[in-house]
Amino acid sequence: MRYKIDPGLYALGAPDADSPVLISASFKMSFDLLREALPARNAWVLVLDTDGINVWCAAGKGTFGTEELAGRIESCGLSRVVKHRKIIVPQLGAPGISAHEIQKLTGFKVAYGPIRASDLPDFIDSGLKARPGMREKTFTTGERLSLVPVEIVHAFKNFLMVLPLVFLLGGFSGQGMFVANALRFGGATALGLLMAIAAGCLVTPLLLPWLPGRAFSIKGLWPGITFGVLFLVLRNIVSALPAASTLESAAWMLLIPAISAYLAMNFTGCSTFTSLSGVKKEMRWAVPAQIAAVVLGAMLWITSVFI
Amino acid sequence: MSKLVYLKDVVTLQLNSESCSGCAMCATVCPRGVFEISHRKAKVADRDACIECGACAQNCPEGAVSVRVGVGCASAVINSMLGINNSGCCSMDQYENDKAAAKGTGC
Repeated sequence: MRYKIDPGLYALGAPDADSPVLISASFKMSFDLLREALPARNAWVLVLDTDGINVWCAAGKGTFGTEELAGRIESCGLSRVVKHRKIIVPQLGAPGISAHEIQKLTGFKVAYGPIRASDLPDFIDSGLKARPGMREKTFTTGERLSLVPVEIVHAFKNFLMVLPLVFLLGGFSGQGMFVANALRFGGATALGLLMAIAAGCLVTPLLLPWLPGRAFSIKGLWPGITFGVLFLVLRNIVSALPAASTLESAAWMLLIPAISAYLAMNFTGCSTFTSLSGVKKEMRWAVPAQIAAVVLGAMLWITSVFI
Repeated sequence: MSKLVYLKDVVTLQLNSESCSGCAMCATVCPRGVFEISHRKAKVADRDACIECGACAQNCPEGAVSVRVGVGCASAVINSMLGINNSGCCSMDQYENDKAAAKGTGC
């Protein structure tokens, strides 16, 4: 799959010298969303070279930037294509674009369009005016859920790396045959880790607005504790293992909440309301606490295996 | 649902009201509704909502807004501490590279 489209000037429908000019990124999905939002309309789309990255991320990196926009207006000869001197730049591109610089450099006046492409027809029809709500980034349940698969895949990669170790240590547990033990105890342990991932990567994003605490690590703690208790109950039912020792229970009540908190903390990058200063502040206490809990939990768990 | 907010009193956003001309560009570009315009001056109405994206500072013709720009992404911070620089979105290399440029725009 190619996600990159060629930068340059594109025509939607049959635009003329009076048609609006929309600026977009060279990420296929950005361009497609724009096209789909404007069916049966005539407009020019000027695609900047953002190396196949979306508008918001490219603006943060500076590739969707003042220099690129001014250069692209020049190289595409936009001033000869249209009579007016107005361009519609997506609002989420504003971190990379300096509107007053663009006007100075090119003579084109920047009108910042709405955050969602789907609001564009309304925005254009009302004379490039944004209605209330068009300028604020939301983070709805649907938007949060759409990010869950990526988070789970990332966590799964790490899970698969520790899996051999889990089955190896499981083999040393209990009294019976190594292989049977590896499957029984290792299987139970794998379930515990999967539940930690579910708590941090699925439940936390889903319940994000309602979980107590501002720091994501704290938000992730509650599903982690809940799933820790749930695991200790499930473990005995599903795997027909003898009840977990106090030592092993304590290990799981450290491991599952800590892993969940860590995964929740990594959801800051997906969210729409965190700042770098805030994330750094959270990480200063959260990361040492998570490492301490995981190390202690792993030590207790290994001890419980060999006792 | 009310607006989701992160930690309190942590962002680096600064507004110099004296040089503000009341053009309202900051309020237009902010995706978090941080600014309000009253009596032809911008004011920071919801400071804790700021995500330090830098759109306001980039687009203030008077250079009245400054903020240390970055993305609130823990993975990016971890990657940069581990020296991993090219893991797509989750890396901080661009901000390091952009620091010089950012200084020029009052960030």
